[in-house]
Amino acid sequence: MSTIADEASTGRKPALGFLAGSALRSLIGGLAAAGAWLAVAVLTGFWPDRPESDWSYTDALAVTCAALAVALAMASIAGVRFAGLRRVQRLTPWLIALALFLGAWEAITAKFGLLPLPFFPPPQAIVEVVIDDRALLGAGIFASFRLLATGYLLGAAIGFVTGVAVGWSRLVGYWVHPLLRFIGPLPATAWLPFAFFVFPSSFSASIFLIALATGFPVTVLTWSGVASVNSAYYDIARTLGASRRFLVLKVAIPAAMPHVFVGLFMGLGNSFAVLVVAEMLGVKAGLGWYLQWAQGWAAYANMYAALLIMAFLCSGLITVLFRLRDRLLSWQKGLVRW
Amino acid sequence: MVGVHPQSEGDDLKDRNPAHGMILTIRDVSHHFALGGQLLPVLDRISLRIGDGEFVALLGPSGCGKSTLLRLVAGLDPPSAGHLLAEGEAIEGPDPSRVVVFQDPTLYPWRTVWSNIALGLQARGLLRTRRERIEDALRLVGLTGFANAYPHQLSGGMAQRAALARALVNDPKLLILDEPLGQLDALTRITMQGELVSLWQRAGFTALLVTHDVEEALLLAGRVIVLSERPAHIKAEIVNPLPYPRHRGDPQLAELRHEVFGHLGLNAVW
Repeated sequence: MSTIADEASTGRKPALGFLAGSALRSLIGGLAAAGAWLAVAVLTGFWPDRPESDWSYTDALAVTCAALAVALAMASIAGVRFAGLRRVQRLTPWLIALALFLGAWEAITAKFGLLPLPFFPPPQAIVEVVIDDRALLGAGIFASFRLLATGYLLGAAIGFVTGVAVGWSRLVGYWVHPLLRFIGPLPATAWLPFAFFVFPSSFSASIFLIALATGFPVTVLTWSGVASVNSAYYDIARTLGASRRFLVLKVAIPAAMPHVFVGLFMGLGNSFAVLVVAEMLGVKAGLGWYLQWAQGWAAYANMYAALLIMAFLCSGLITVLFRLRDRLLSWQKGLVRW
Repeated sequence: MVGVHPQSEGDDLKDRNPAHGMILTIRDVSHHFALGGQLLPVLDRISLRIGDGEFVALLGPSGCGKSTLLRLVAGLDPPSAGHLLAEGEAIEGPDPSRVVVFQDPTLYPWRTVWSNIALGLQARGLLRTRRERIEDALRLVGLTGFANAYPHQLSGGMAQRAALARALVNDPKLLILDEPLGQLDALTRITMQGELVSLWQRAGFTALLVTHDVEEALLLAGRVIVLSERPAHIKAEIVNPLPYPRHRGDPQLAELRHEVFGHLGLNAVW
């Protein structure tokens, strides 16, 4: 898989011309993936579903798989000419594995009927939910995202400011540190009963809980980041005429940023957990609520659909945070294992 | 004391540069640290007067309190007793006219070389008006082309040069050097010693160097102050009248070295 090996093999076999080395391997891999997806399409479309089933999206699923197969085949052929497309080669093993997984799932559930229904629906049942229930799911995504974003940003901002204040000022540290030690380790969800009767709406209560779950790790890590700044950095800035404000904004905070990001990642993970619990127990909207509601109606396909969407949403947000870190902390490249 | 200044190329360059040195007075300064309820004396009634534009080296065994004295001169810590005066006025805190270059370059890893050098100007709100000084400083220390590099991409010598540029861009009247070449390899060190002397000759600042390298002290300084073991007091003062550039093999330098080693209690070795 390494580029050096690819180049070496290209060098050794010049006779193969334009199809040499990585281009050839990329073409074979791409066609293999296309073949796998085509096999899934054929399996889904031409093998009849088990009797007494009413899945209306079997053909749609087959057509989608076939379309993906065609797209993959075209991309791998085009990749012979356009080296940029060959980067997709990295994904080939995963594309083949996914096709195998989907094919097996399809065969076990929809064709052989080996797993009990309704607990284990076939892929087309989930496709059906995503398409037919898109309005409710869309509203759920919006509601969850709004709640999460508001609570997370609020918690992160308060946590950051508190962390800097605790790390910088002895007085603030004296008063806030014991509170953090005492209340911080309490899981945010323990506040749930309290929050739901103190706050006017379940929405504001959930924001409080999410902000709490985010704020604690952000505070602690910002504080430890500020506290662990090399004192020589301050000495340098002071001899060059820096004010206290400069020391905080231009020395302490930038130096603490790697720690702050660890806190932001931990806070984001915590906030997902609290979001789902809050939506399951109090809020009457969102993906967590949808999950609970689907389970109540024994609509397991809906549950899986919501789980899948949730996974996309959470991993997407983590990716966004990673991108932000890569941008802000690019100076760390070469200092730490990136 | 100003007389030690060379006449060669230093003076005409000095005319073009408005920066000059300062007079530093250290009067009966004693200092101690509180260590677990006990007082650990570090400096014992040090008195020293350094003239405008002079290059003075403080030499002493390691851990004798040389660096502590520098921190007091920089205004980073107040002395336990005694007075420190810059241009006749009491030193009450750090000031950009007295800049320190530490043994460790301590560049900010999140800032580029350019941005590190800009630190002092930025801190004092002068970045907009004196922006071009940063380019000058980069050129002065031979780091043009590395403006956008991050500190971890520099070698030890380059990082120390960037630290020097970060100090010089503020036109200090007193440059405080705390073993600035201590961590460099022997070859880089020799080059940088020469560069330090020519920078000092050109800019005309007063320089106070702490080192435990006898040869370095004698190559750079016009006056070498030998300190005792902790608590440090001034043991001897050696005036070095040799003109710059000085050569390691100079027999007069060897004689001075012998004298200094004698004060350090090491004549048996020589």
